[in-house]
Amino acid sequence: MKSVVNYFRSLMLWELLMGLKLTGRYFFARKITVQYPEEKTPQSPRFRGLHALRRYPNGEERCIACKLCEAVCPALAITIESEQRADGTRRTTRYDIDLFKCIYCGFCEESCPVDSIVETRIFEYHFEKRGDNIINKQQLLAIGDQHEQQIAADRAQDAAFR
Amino acid sequence: MIETLETSLEMIPEVILILIKIVLIVVPIMLSVAYLTLAERKVIGYIQVRIGPNRVGPRGLLQPIADGLKLLLKEIIVPTNANRFLFVIAPILALAPALAAWAVVPFSDGMVLADIDAGILYILALTSMSVYGIIISGWASNSKYAFLGALRSAAQVVSYEIAMGFALVGVLLAAGSMNLSQVVLAQQGSILHWFWLPLLPLFLVYFISGVAETNRAPFDVAEGESEIVAGFHVEYSGMTFALFFLAEYANMILVAILAALMFCGGWLSPFQGIPLLEPLFAWVPGLVWVLAKTSFFLFLFLWFRATFPRYRYDQIMRLGWKVFIPITIVWLLVVGAAVLANLGPWFD
Repeated sequence: MKSVVNYFRSLMLWELLMGLKLTGRYFFARKITVQYPEEKTPQSPRFRGLHALRRYPNGEERCIACKLCEAVCPALAITIESEQRADGTRRTTRYDIDLFKCIYCGFCEESCPVDSIVETRIFEYHFEKRGDNIINKQQLLAIGDQHEQQIAADRAQDAAFR
Repeated sequence: MIETLETSLEMIPEVILILIKIVLIVVPIMLSVAYLTLAERKVIGYIQVRIGPNRVGPRGLLQPIADGLKLLLKEIIVPTNANRFLFVIAPILALAPALAAWAVVPFSDGMVLADIDAGILYILALTSMSVYGIIISGWASNSKYAFLGALRSAAQVVSYEIAMGFALVGVLLAAGSMNLSQVVLAQQGSILHWFWLPLLPLFLVYFISGVAETNRAPFDVAEGESEIVAGFHVEYSGMTFALFFLAEYANMILVAILAALMFCGGWLSPFQGIPLLEPLFAWVPGLVWVLAKTSFFLFLFLWFRATFPRYRYDQIMRLGWKVFIPITIVWLLVVGAAVLANLGPWFD
């Protein structure tokens, strides 16, 4: 009996009509497209975008060249060289990040004992020449200077969970 | 000698008239093909809760123009060891029958290029021609994917041609004529007099076979992306690819308008025979009704594509041979008996 019912159902295209009904309903559903350049989705304060090196409020750079970020980086994207400065502290002479190698995992930021290397909310950037993908210490510090307010606000908001 | 020259001189205005008519048919078809591609992307987008292309021009209306320009400017790449002559002629062979079939399609009472009595036969003959373009393209491309796509397509089109032919035999039985205008006029009366009701199984078989004939989803194994990349046109680029595209969509529109003509009363108003509504809509020209019905069937094509997953190859063959052909044969007998018995209101 059941097979007879099934036979007639498939002959009447029953399941196909049910499928059409479903997609037909979605045809009139509200569209969820975000029209990107004009509209943007909300960003989390934990967003991991382009990197930056931060400074203390007195203008001194935070990075102490401990090389923990270089060690933890799973993609080997960070290259650091360091030397002793005239005042006896250790500082980096070179801090390069290869953005093609970087997988934006955020381990560098997690490992940093002085909150120096951070990942910002910036995600709209591009390179026009081969080699531009490797950003150096000056560029990283400049990004940090430019976005310090936003960076600090995001860290403060997330501080309770660290 | 001089007399024949004179008669041929008299022929000239008629030839020009026919040429004008051809342009009047082909140009709107090309335009509708272009905008059908946009409609397809929009409809599928809407069903997938997206909004579809809306960047080129207001609301994306210039998108087909941009697509066409892009394809025009692209290089035509002929694969190594491909048969150059066949490779170039294949898309032309695919498009030409798709356009030629429009000669016998009546758009309204008397609005037809060639009012011939073998209209349905002519259309069957020409639509089966288009498979040559596909086979030749697959063969000439010298590529295994293209070849597999062509084989699949050939087998599929040949199988569904039979079911489609039987469905059309039902129509000509019911109408008593193969002239498409006569077929439409035989459906006069009301929406219930149209052939979709007495020929309902044939109508469904015809339309589903039409989807299979044009190699559209869910029967698009000939170009199944997931297994053979793009099937028969995988090696084509630029304008040659565009011609295949035009042929596919022109065939879609043809199948849709034939469904409207043969089963849904063509240019007849759906309000015929309803006391109040009939005079209210009497001013609407027949062309509008034809186009509205055609658009509905075209929408069905897009709706199917957005809904159904692709059939497996053996399922397609089973459906064609073991389901559609028996159904059509049985229903042909029913229609024959009904015509003999002058069963009203359709066959009296």
